[in-house]
Amino acid sequence: MRGWSWGWRLLAQRSRRRGRYTTVSIPVSLYERISRLIEGTGFTSVSQFVTYVLREVVSEMEEEKLRSEAVSEEEKAAIIERLRRLGYL
Amino acid sequence: MVSRPHGGRLVDRVVRGRRRERLLEEALELPRVELDAGLASDVANIAHGVYSPLEGFLVQEDYESVLYDMRLSSDIPWTIPIVLDVDPSQVAGVREGDDLALFYNGRPLALMRVEEVYGWDRGEYAERVFKTRDPRHPGVRKVMARRELLVGGPVDLLAEPPEPFEAVRLWPKETRVLFEARGWRTIAAFQTRNVPHTGHEYVQKAALTFVDGLFINPLVGWKKPGDYRDEVIVEAYKALIKHYYPRDSVVFSVLRMEMRYAGPREAIHHAIVRKNFGATHFIVGRDHAGVGSYYGPYEAWDLFREFPDLGITPLFVREAFYCRKCGQMVNEKICPHPEEYRVRISGTRLREMIKRGEKPPEYMMRPEVAEVVLSHPNPFIEEGEAQG
Repeated sequence: MRGWSWGWRLLAQRSRRRGRYTTVSIPVSLYERISRLIEGTGFTSVSQFVTYVLREVVSEMEEEKLRSEAVSEEEKAAIIERLRRLGYL
Repeated sequence: MVSRPHGGRLVDRVVRGRRRERLLEEALELPRVELDAGLASDVANIAHGVYSPLEGFLVQEDYESVLYDMRLSSDIPWTIPIVLDVDPSQVAGVREGDDLALFYNGRPLALMRVEEVYGWDRGEYAERVFKTRDPRHPGVRKVMARRELLVGGPVDLLAEPPEPFEAVRLWPKETRVLFEARGWRTIAAFQTRNVPHTGHEYVQKAALTFVDGLFINPLVGWKKPGDYRDEVIVEAYKALIKHYYPRDSVVFSVLRMEMRYAGPREAIHHAIVRKNFGATHFIVGRDHAGVGSYYGPYEAWDLFREFPDLGITPLFVREAFYCRKCGQMVNEKICPHPEEYRVRISGTRLREMIKRGEKPPEYMMRPEVAEVVLSHPNPFIEEGEAQG
């Protein structure tokens, strides 16, 4: 969330956006809390704020869930050999 | 632990073994598109995972999503459209699902499965990516000269494009193994298209103080006239590292990728690419990837703040300068002295001195670096010069 108000101000100023959108439901009380929270921050709507926060959370969860394909031992040995030959190791 | 690849998986579309032999033969029978050096390096970068999660050139939905929202249609951050442009005659009769052979220097380089052929508005591209349609902007000028149609679809690399700097070129798989072998968990990447002056050294070492390793990754490939030649950049860095850097704390390798001079958008692109190499941090200085006065000096910093899900931490470093009172390189955050004590390390001024054959003072450029640059008969790219 570091520095989000600056960033969002830029985003809100962009004139033309073409992303597709859908609707999700949140409790009215939460909606009102967020509305109060974002006053004067640069976020221009609750939807913008929620999108920003969700992207941060979702990417962190994906990082945990996704595993990069491990390099095979054979491939790793070949890479180490090349790195040695080039003087990196 | 090094960064996970962008999108979660390091793309590998390099064809090997018998399949490669068979596809190389097949390529000779297919409709072909001859690529220029920039597109050939894009193909190699896709196949080797530099552009992960891209598996090929953008299809229209992704193209428009990147252009307008700076994200792929999967919502993953991506700011520079990676596109293959063709003339209509080159794809006459080609349908969705067909294979195209991509050639470079008259030889088959890759196969592409055509998912889509679509039109594009080059002016709109320029407006979105470069924030200007001014033909004096080198990126705009290049885009406006591109061909009428775009072809989207995955690519499979059959042959490596020639690389004169092979001995100092590493792919993401290799840097990831290297960083792991060195026991680095935090890596700061430094993007550059210049020979190093003391301001660069200051910024790099400031970052290195707080991470395990420094990854210096200059771009080689097309640049605008007046920029340094690739071989000068490479040799200058070799000299700097040899004389002034602890060997075990730095990795130097080149990345063949065109400079686009797209300022803030390109700064994000540079960070994503270095994330794929395994970097955890990315150094963003003043006017990153800028040219002329098209972008504000710290505009890129603001754009980074729009991406909470980038997966690499930007290190915002202010412009370094030499302070005569402090007696060292500093920045405005740590130096209390007035302007009269400050000596700016101007790239333009350095270029002028080098063009006149003058050795820059040591507070601006290390003597070993200056020697490399001055010993080159013509260290700068000239107007109209063909670049490989």
